[in-house]
Amino acid sequence: MMSTEVPLSLTRGLPMAGLDGEFWSTQGSNVLLAAVAIVVFLVVVVLVMYGADLVRGVVRDKVQLVVLISPVLFLLAVGLIYPALSTIWLSFNDVVDTPDAVTGIYTTVTQFVGLDNYQFALTDPTMLRSIINTMVWMVLVPALSTGIGLAYAVFIDRAKGEKLLKSLVFMPMAISFVGASVIWGSIMYDFNQVGSQTGMLNALLVQFGSDPVNFLTGAPWNTFFLVIILVWIQTGFAMVILSAAIKGVPIDMNEAASLDGANAWQRFWSITVPSIRPTIVVVLTTITIASLKVYDIVRTLTQGRDSTDIVANKMYVLSFVEGREPLGASLAVILFVFVIPIVIYNVRSLNKVKETR
Amino acid sequence: MSITMPPAGPEATPDAEPTRKKTRVGQAKENLTSPWATAAAIVMAMLWTIPTVALFMTALIPGDRYRVDAWWTVAADGDLTFSNFGYVLFNSFGDNSTAPPLLGNVINSIVVTVPSVVFPLVFGLMAAYAIAWIPFRGSNLLFVMIFALQVVPLQLALIPLLKILGPNNLDVAGQFPGVWIAHTIFAMPLAVFLLHNFVSQIPSDILEAARVDGASHTQTFFRIIIPLSLPAVASLAIFQFLWVWNDLLVSAVFGGKGTYPLTYPISNLAGQYGQWAYLVPPAAFISMIIPLIVFFSLQRYFVRGLLAGSTKG
Repeated sequence: MMSTEVPLSLTRGLPMAGLDGEFWSTQGSNVLLAAVAIVVFLVVVVLVMYGADLVRGVVRDKVQLVVLISPVLFLLAVGLIYPALSTIWLSFNDVVDTPDAVTGIYTTVTQFVGLDNYQFALTDPTMLRSIINTMVWMVLVPALSTGIGLAYAVFIDRAKGEKLLKSLVFMPMAISFVGASVIWGSIMYDFNQVGSQTGMLNALLVQFGSDPVNFLTGAPWNTFFLVIILVWIQTGFAMVILSAAIKGVPIDMNEAASLDGANAWQRFWSITVPSIRPTIVVVLTTITIASLKVYDIVRTLTQGRDSTDIVANKMYVLSFVEGREPLGASLAVILFVFVIPIVIYNVRSLNKVKETR
Repeated sequence: MSITMPPAGPEATPDAEPTRKKTRVGQAKENLTSPWATAAAIVMAMLWTIPTVALFMTALIPGDRYRVDAWWTVAADGDLTFSNFGYVLFNSFGDNSTAPPLLGNVINSIVVTVPSVVFPLVFGLMAAYAIAWIPFRGSNLLFVMIFALQVVPLQLALIPLLKILGPNNLDVAGQFPGVWIAHTIFAMPLAVFLLHNFVSQIPSDILEAARVDGASHTQTFFRIIIPLSLPAVASLAIFQFLWVWNDLLVSAVFGGKGTYPLTYPISNLAGQYGQWAYLVPPAAFISMIIPLIVFFSLQRYFVRGLLAGSTKG
């Protein structure tokens, strides 16, 4: 088929090229597989639960407890805790091909190398760049999303059409990181070397007489423009949570303050912010964690080129594309190190909540 | 340290409005500040909405004008066309001699998502009930651990988990069961935490009464816990649905050619700025339709889930 031409003229009348009988039988069996999996899963769960109900005597409660809790225990132990420990161990090792002393056949051997991977991660320029960029992400994204989200939540509080205004800013939460990257990369940030600018921001710049900008190639600002995409997504989250907290601030406090002559700005800083401080902390930490893990945006738009790489993307490329798993593991551990303070803080405040109950 | 929550969530505020009495001073202040605040809010709302609308318009640009003319120029000429959607879905996403159409990935997304929502919900609710209402040794420690695991980056588990699911062990990596298992595992901490928050709020009288009547844990679970926690289950289901549908990382690592959801080919083609680039916006828009419908029709449950999930801290 004339695949080199722009297929616009071909679209009509073309047979549904890929949608042959094989396509439908594959898809049909996939859908069937999912349906069967769900039904079997539910039937097994119900049978096991009621099976545990047939047990008589004092052990019945214990058996049922085991039935209720063991799936989660097993999944966490085998699927998260063991892999996490194993990743940490792997990060202190290296996989090398060594010839056997007798036969001379090369085999892959795992060798303990101590902190070598970490040393490499902290000295190699591309690795270090990804670590620094990740820190930029974890500072800028929470600060900007929470700041903007809080301002917006205050602006729309008790405004007409609050519900609609909320929905509009909240909507990007439903869009995938890949979708958001496409939106910003090919519609907002698009840059043309020649001809008219088709990206909205560049069209705007040209309109005002300045030169168009290649947003995604010029370091260090390109990282900032990628950060904006995640801010666009996360602001809605911050806004919804903070808005709920603002509505919990007693209205009398605001009234008393305004009778004392405090203007809106003073009331915001002396009443609203202190009252919702715990929520602000929650929002900041939640977004910080999210911004550490997101790799979709960088992978979709730059694949880490032009000094935009971040740890999450680099880890994926090293482990699953280049096959350098120990190095990838060390980056995963570095990500984990970034969240350890948040884990400790969260567990502490959870315990505080429990004590007050 | 939990946040103070309005009793029925933020969406109930318009009804709560009349109960708030306003002093004259408060009224005056409000009149003074409101118009500016509202204007700023409307500008921001537009800034947040324009990109998505622009994506839709760009998706309608015919291939020979993509990146030659901007969507507003094409729209002014009356050249916008819906044919891109049909081409991407049914003919090919890319070069039509090699690239399959996206319809397969749409179906893959559904096949990946639905079981990945059901499995963690069921397991999570079972564990949430046990941790909240059945006293056993180590239940506190277990809850703290689950709570802490919520924030551990899933990157930390990827490599070994892929080996467990890989050809030398379970041999399900690259197939749907592998993706389901991975999604179920990664959803567990949030699912247990969120559902525990809800289940532990059920009045203890109800559960004690059932206990006195001789109901076993199994009977309590089916007759009391499941019916009463349906709102929380709905919130979590939406949450998990959006997360799995929009996921790229888990599918890229644990999936294979036959399982890749919409995000995978879109991310790939978006990275290559070639002659097929004009197919990316319509594809991205297709990938957003279902999440946006879910979002707008079930927004209140989603917000409730978010609020419940963030009362931690």
